[in-house]
Amino acid sequence: MKHMLKLLPFSLILLLAGCGMENLSALDPRGPVAEMQLSLIQLSLYIMIFVIVIVFSIYAFVLIRFRERPGDTHIPKQVHGNRTLEFIWTTIPILLLLLLAIPNVMDTFTLADTGIPDEGVDEELLDEDDEVQDYVVIEAHAHQFWWEFVYPDLGVNAGQDMYIPTDTRVIVELEASDVIHSFWVPALAGKQDNVPGITNDLWFEAPEEGIYMGKCTEICGPSHWLMDFKVVAVDPDTFDSWAETMAEPPEDQLEPEGEVAVEGRDIFVENCIACHAIGDEGGNTGPNFTNYSERTVVAGFLEYSDDNLHDWIRDPDSLKPGNEMPGFGEEAISDDEMDALIEYINTLSVLDE
Amino acid sequence: MANSSPAKKSVLWDWLTTVDHKKIGIMYFLAGLFFFAVAGLEAILMRIQLMFPEMSFLGEQTYNELLTMHGTTMLFLAAMPLFFGFMNFVVPLQIGARDVAFPFINSLGFWLFLFGGIILNVSWFTGGAPDAAWTSYVPLSSDSPGHGVDYYVMGLQVSGAGTLMSGINFLVTIVNMRAPGMSMMRMPLFTWSTFVTSMLILFAFPALTVGLLLLMLDRIFGGAFFDVAMGGNVVIWQHLFWIFGHPEVYILILPAFGIFSEVISTFAKKRLFGYSAMVFATLIIGFLGFMVWAHHMFTVGMGPVANAIFAVATMAIAVPTGIKIFNWLLTLWGGRIRFTVANLFALAFIPSFVMGGVTGVMLATSAANYQFHDTYFVVAHFHYVIIGGSVFGIFAGTFYWWPKMFGYRLSEAWGKWFFWLFLIGFHMTFFVQHFLGLMGMPRRVASYLDGQNLNDLNFISTMGAFFMGTAFILLVINVLISRKNTENTDDPWDGRTLEWATTSPVQEYNFAQTPLVRDLDALFYEKMNGDGRMKAAEPLGDIHMPNGSILPIFIALGLSIASFGVIYYSWPVIIGGLVVTFFTMMLRSVIEDHGYNIPVSEITGEKGEDK
Repeated sequence: MKHMLKLLPFSLILLLAGCGMENLSALDPRGPVAEMQLSLIQLSLYIMIFVIVIVFSIYAFVLIRFRERPGDTHIPKQVHGNRTLEFIWTTIPILLLLLLAIPNVMDTFTLADTGIPDEGVDEELLDEDDEVQDYVVIEAHAHQFWWEFVYPDLGVNAGQDMYIPTDTRVIVELEASDVIHSFWVPALAGKQDNVPGITNDLWFEAPEEGIYMGKCTEICGPSHWLMDFKVVAVDPDTFDSWAETMAEPPEDQLEPEGEVAVEGRDIFVENCIACHAIGDEGGNTGPNFTNYSERTVVAGFLEYSDDNLHDWIRDPDSLKPGNEMPGFGEEAISDDEMDALIEYINTLSVLDE
Repeated sequence: MANSSPAKKSVLWDWLTTVDHKKIGIMYFLAGLFFFAVAGLEAILMRIQLMFPEMSFLGEQTYNELLTMHGTTMLFLAAMPLFFGFMNFVVPLQIGARDVAFPFINSLGFWLFLFGGIILNVSWFTGGAPDAAWTSYVPLSSDSPGHGVDYYVMGLQVSGAGTLMSGINFLVTIVNMRAPGMSMMRMPLFTWSTFVTSMLILFAFPALTVGLLLLMLDRIFGGAFFDVAMGGNVVIWQHLFWIFGHPEVYILILPAFGIFSEVISTFAKKRLFGYSAMVFATLIIGFLGFMVWAHHMFTVGMGPVANAIFAVATMAIAVPTGIKIFNWLLTLWGGRIRFTVANLFALAFIPSFVMGGVTGVMLATSAANYQFHDTYFVVAHFHYVIIGGSVFGIFAGTFYWWPKMFGYRLSEAWGKWFFWLFLIGFHMTFFVQHFLGLMGMPRRVASYLDGQNLNDLNFISTMGAFFMGTAFILLVINVLISRKNTENTDDPWDGRTLEWATTSPVQEYNFAQTPLVRDLDALFYEKMNGDGRMKAAEPLGDIHMPNGSILPIFIALGLSIASFGVIYYSWPVIIGGLVVTFFTMMLRSVIEDHGYNIPVSEITGEKGEDK
């Protein structure tokens, strides 16, 4: 009894706090997979609340009714047990668990079926006219501590921001290059692990446009907590043009206009491109930079600003310990050169605004 | 040659060489309490770091070391030894034995545990503790720079060897050394749960040993079991770890179930309701505990068939656990319930553990687990079962058996302050974490970003942790100020089982005459149907006792030296350490030691047990 009262203030606080941040919370699903999972969570919660209410009621009754009163010295009857009661509290939990186990097994198989088995396409991916619905396959490669998204059918490599078309089944193939990571976008779908040497997959859909927050959920080193990414859902037309431009970046990214940006471009080629490709030019040791200025954050978590970019390039390890990027001090890139570099980076975009 | 009585020894030498199960029990208990305080402090430091978003109180690396050491220390060096303390002290008394089956092995088990714990904690002072979490998933652990994870491997290997020995020892003791009349189905529930726990240890720890061995070979001797580039497989570690790790959580909860059964029955003044159902539920939980390990791995890509099977198997464990809960409630039903501190912890356990249990069923729901897994929801769940179950069990046992172990009663008034502060702090810390997890907070994060609606609940959680820390200080004060409460310690709670038929502190031979057990709750039966004293099953005679020995410390010391040799890859040190161990073992084999006899005159002279 005292127990319940103690919990009361907490539920009030939870009401005030709401269900968490939009597009981050599993309690506020934004797609069919997360909705399926939330409804399963709710089903299990209702069954469990039923159990809790029964147990707590008996508990409260027993403690109040059978507490020792002053002067009471009687020896209670020594009961051995009761077969009927024991039968009841064995069978009823079994029935309750079946109630939960059956939908769970069904959902487990539904979630495991991405719809593209080895031979041909699953019927679920066919629409009324037996046409194959659109789906997009994205490889999510997890690295310490950033995400690389490869679109094998589209020839696109994107860093940190995973662009997807709305209302389209997204099939994510999960891989890891160093240690185990885990891919989680709570508002869209539960997680699966990125395991070195193994390719896992999952699928989800996002009916609405928006920026959904993703996190790594398997401890992967010091900056595990900063290994965030974004899933950016845009309408299918925008997505197509995005993918096209990502695969073949506009000319002015390679040969930008404006004197300062040209200087920045040179500095980028000299210092950065070996790891940060633009289009398919350059290396993939770090995130791809083709659409860098369209990011909302620097390094996965810092607000996008010239100052933060500057601080990040100067000393990445102090901001995100254990990451692979070397720092570039003033002897490598002078302050003037840095301004030019940042101005060039700010021009890297693929979407028409 | 058996001489009459050993020469007077210094107190320190006496404790270092003791093979008396009661002294070993007390040493387990005190060492466990020390590590509990250390790991608790580590938890407080982590909660301070998480009090506000983007705090820089601790660095990320330090945070990862703290979270690894908190988990490892709590499970291996605090909770298990605390239970081992009770098991060692209480089980031989409950079954009417004079000691465990292998007193020397018992002492060796303790020293191995202690040295293993010391090895693990030395890492703090030699360049960094292990940092790959208590689960030490490869390749994060196999690639972890420095020697931290090596300390983890060798520390757990050494203490694990001790645990395995103790488990075997308890099994043999319980099978062979029960007093006349104590059939298996008359054993107190705590003894039963010790028996099942020991079986779990026997079958679970070898899996950990193998896993740690492979990790050691990979890290130090150039192995490639977990090296994907060389054709290794990283998921194998997770299977090995959880084949051990899941039974491990039952190793931690079953003794607590046993303690609650004793405490609730004693303070409700009623025989345990459905005794045989309780025994079989314990056995079933122990058995199913080996069938469900992969529910820790739903997201690792085992496929829907394995996930579905392990989900259903896991849910099945709720049934025997539910049986236990209802049996406890029905034991209370119709009783005369006394709210002592021991019983308060047992009573608080029921709702707390039910809350942890239902979230366990929710987690078992594999499709929903994709949302729960590795978030603060999981952190909330296992703290509800481990604190609400195991730790409450330890505290209930502490207040219940303290008079028997230490010869004085803990203050009930201070105990109640401790209880309420701890209970409130516990729920405050962990209840909100369910929501943090679902709101998008992964576990094992060194901090969290501002502006994600995670701030308030984290702050509440940290406040709760301070409550728990303060409560623990009250317990320490209680231990120190209660020393004068030495009256009425033989049987302060009107006990039902055999340990309360001895004096406090207990004679080194436990029972002058082995008692005759006539029913379940042997002492209570005599109180109701006899003269309140145990009937003797044997005539009064000389009692043969084993001699103490310093050798176990040297065996454990040798293995510890060898462990440091492995950590720093030095063959001379490895070999030197092993020579110490094997030479000591040889000494044990060749030196004749027949123990000594306590003559009848000495027993009758100070006879006071048996009341």
